Amino acid sequence: MTSGIPRVGVITFPGSLDDRDALRAVETMGGEPVALWHADPDIHGVDAVILPGGFSYGDYLRTGAIARFARVMDGVRAFAERGGPVLGICNGFQVLCESGLLPGALIRNRSLRFVCREVHLRVETSQTPVTTDLTPGEVLDIPVKHGEGQYVGDVDELARLEGEGQVVFRYCAPDGTIDAAHNPNGSANGIAGVRNADGNVVGLMPHPEHAVDPDVGPTGGQSLFASLLTQALAGV
Amino acid sequence: MAVVEQALHRALGLTDDELERIVRTLGREPNRNELAMYGAMWSEHCSYKSSKIHLRTLPSEGSAVLVGPGQDAGAVDVGDGVAVVFKMESHSHPSAIEPYQGAATGVGGIVRDIISMGARPVALMDPLMFGPLTDERNRWLLGGVVAGIGGYGNCIGVPTVGGEIHFAEPHSANPSINVMCVGIAPTQGLMTSASHIAHEGSSLVLFGASTGRDGIGGASVLASATLEDGSEGSRPSVQIGDPFAGKLLIEASLEMIEAGLLEGLQDLGAAGISCAVSESASRARMGADLDLDAVPLRERGLEAFEILTSESQERMLAVVAPERLADVRAVSEKWGLASAVIATLVPGDMLTIRHEGKIVAQLSASSLADDGPEYERPLAPDDVAETVDDPAFIPFEGDLHEALAAVLSSPNVASKRWVFEQYDSFVQGQTVAAARSDAAVIRVPGTLKGLALSSDGKGRFGHLDPYLGAAHAVAEAARNVAVTGARPLAITNCMNFGSPERPVVMWQFAEAIRGMRDACLALDTPVTGGNVSFYNESGDSAIWPTPVVGMLGLLEDYRLRVPTGFARAGLSICVLGETFAELGGSEFADVVLGVISGRPPALELERERALVDLLHEAASGDLLASAHDCSDGGLAVTLAEQAILSGHGFVVTVPGDLPPHVALFSESASRAVVAVAAERLEELGDMAAARGVPFAMVGETGGPRVVFDGLFETTVDELRDVYESAIPRLMGEDV
Repeated sequence: MTSGIPRVGVITFPGSLDDRDALRAVETMGGEPVALWHADPDIHGVDAVILPGGFSYGDYLRTGAIARFARVMDGVRAFAERGGPVLGICNGFQVLCESGLLPGALIRNRSLRFVCREVHLRVETSQTPVTTDLTPGEVLDIPVKHGEGQYVGDVDELARLEGEGQVVFRYCAPDGTIDAAHNPNGSANGIAGVRNADGNVVGLMPHPEHAVDPDVGPTGGQSLFASLLTQALAGV
Repeated sequence: MAVVEQALHRALGLTDDELERIVRTLGREPNRNELAMYGAMWSEHCSYKSSKIHLRTLPSEGSAVLVGPGQDAGAVDVGDGVAVVFKMESHSHPSAIEPYQGAATGVGGIVRDIISMGARPVALMDPLMFGPLTDERNRWLLGGVVAGIGGYGNCIGVPTVGGEIHFAEPHSANPSINVMCVGIAPTQGLMTSASHIAHEGSSLVLFGASTGRDGIGGASVLASATLEDGSEGSRPSVQIGDPFAGKLLIEASLEMIEAGLLEGLQDLGAAGISCAVSESASRARMGADLDLDAVPLRERGLEAFEILTSESQERMLAVVAPERLADVRAVSEKWGLASAVIATLVPGDMLTIRHEGKIVAQLSASSLADDGPEYERPLAPDDVAETVDDPAFIPFEGDLHEALAAVLSSPNVASKRWVFEQYDSFVQGQTVAAARSDAAVIRVPGTLKGLALSSDGKGRFGHLDPYLGAAHAVAEAARNVAVTGARPLAITNCMNFGSPERPVVMWQFAEAIRGMRDACLALDTPVTGGNVSFYNESGDSAIWPTPVVGMLGLLEDYRLRVPTGFARAGLSICVLGETFAELGGSEFADVVLGVISGRPPALELERERALVDLLHEAASGDLLASAHDCSDGGLAVTLAEQAILSGHGFVVTVPGDLPPHVALFSESASRAVVAVAAERLEELGDMAAARGVPFAMVGETGGPRVVFDGLFETTVDELRDVYESAIPRLMGEDV
């Protein structure tokens, strides 16, 4: 806001796993990481919120089904309603869908197996806080790692999402082609990430926080964090 | 106290002699509860009664070793105030009966071993052995075990970065499921028995999951006897894992340790509360008053012996001074875990156990923990290797191209992508290299250091010669670490064998220990601990004697890591080491010639040491663009894998005057294939000469083709297809 360094909150739910990685990614990309706790409804005035990957509350019931009731989600909901940028990664995406902050749902991968691999993502819109620095059609290299990442919605809902430009990322071949061979989980229309109608809440299954440091992975996540930090500072 | 009927001790896995020993120790007949505790604690699984006498001969000391065998895990000093804690274990018996939960709880158990040393778990590796995938049950076991490892490991935020998988008929009845965990702790913060400074009056706090009937008799019944038909009836002895609770336990334990709240920490694994309380008391050289009514139970009506020996998962026992009790319970509560003071340390050595207000057992803590029996079991040499022919003399007139395809698509060699893609290798953000490298490389946060990790077992070699099998496992593990540029530091192990009550198996064990000892001495890699898994046999079929070695290596600068695949086109390809006519126990002999016979390749440990030192020196000077260990499938597979991994083909002329199939597929030890920039070739040659390592420039990288000059040629794409599709095809997928 005024300091020049955007403060980005990362929520730790019991069972969050990539919370430290997301905090480190924020720091690597020049933001100030702020750890948020599931039982604290206060999000401490952060400029953006990340819901990280993991298995919140064990996800024994349905992914994200319990985390949506965590007290911190009151703060997140209010922040999102004010237009604040919110990014859900993997389990965070699942929590946002369960919370009704994002459309659709995520079910078990078509293979019925967990999948961990590097994939390619095609950017579909720059109208979100994580894609402002990107051009539609651009291809990013980012890992996925999930057991329940198959994005589904009913026919009308999918048509509406497509029509209104709410699909943010799709799984694709290295050259940007969308096909079944490069879809790791059977998601409808190859959807890897979506946004809400206002565009300030984004969820995706792949893990940009594991794609900022070239020594330990690909670098397709850098531009997502760069965009998020810029937008957080602008107070979208 | 009730007098026990004679049969009970046998049902609990105790021999008549052991019962007598208990009676002598107690000065009276044990009651049922005491007998159950001795049965669990003196089981093979917990007491190492058959293996101790041999394990003691392994080298366990070295300048970097902080903690050697006998504790929850070994620890090595890697400098910068960082200790690396690592340990390997097996969960084979439970996994044979219930693969998902068996494998999952194996992961949970080894992770708690690492935590109880005060370390944060940073990596998992899973060496696995199954029967052939042509059999439906073996496919079910593989699928279940891999899903279980992923189901637990992926949910606790510890990356699974490697391991290995082998397939052989003797593992059809007895799969071997090993798991290794590596942790990092500040050297000053290690929780060792020496640092256990517990006082009289300190509380033993049980925290984590509640105690149920699951896993009763896991140590004594399942892990310390052979599996026979109808062992499905033992399913109640398999524990059920709760990875979410496991994750909370990691965070809560580490928070308590970092805040300096604990005098000691113990995980609950085999033999449950019996083991944890007696060991905690014994380490503090004290006794304890244990109140079973204080133990949070999952269901009502558990009997005392059930509470004492339950192996319910996700529990830890902390030793806490009275003034820290409130803080410890607050941390537990913050992470949503139940906690209860179940015992108090008292002077003396007696463990007094109360249930429903009455004393139900009273015995010496140290007699349970430390005074178990020790056996020098009889040995009888196996003559398998002396009756079979050397496959190098079997004439081969087949097609070399087809032979390479056959070896590359053998599940032992073929890509394990189907498996490792089910494991999260990214979490924690420190994974420089995972399953597609000879050794995984993990960064040490806050430093430039990298830990190189490899696990290796050589079942087929061990079958032909258990001494050489073990020595090769150590040598190959060291080589796998060295090709990444790291210096091998120390090992942990898991000894997978049949029944120690059979003299042949005991001989195999003694030979394997001798081989491991010689190799560890020569390579200067002390043994910091490990695990023995006996009774891996059913009927008259035992698994091959298979010691699995978990090697820890150190890269001073992880940025100097050498990749396995060819880094780029235009590099010179060199073979380090010499190829001999050694096809005994090779993949080629098994898959193409259809024989598992002869002797394993010879192993000159000085040559191995020279190669390992050369690889480390060359990598430290940034001389190597790529390096790959030459082992399973020989030179042909090594080169093919480097091409498949990178997409860069090659043209090579196979050196030497051996018959082509021998030159391509021999599994001679102490070899590696490296790629180096042409202008640095001479430097590498000089370095190799100085160390007496044979060196041959054999070709160049680049292009889509794979050419074995004068023999045959193919393409990288074709080899990749063969290599990648083999296991998915066997698992019934469209490829």
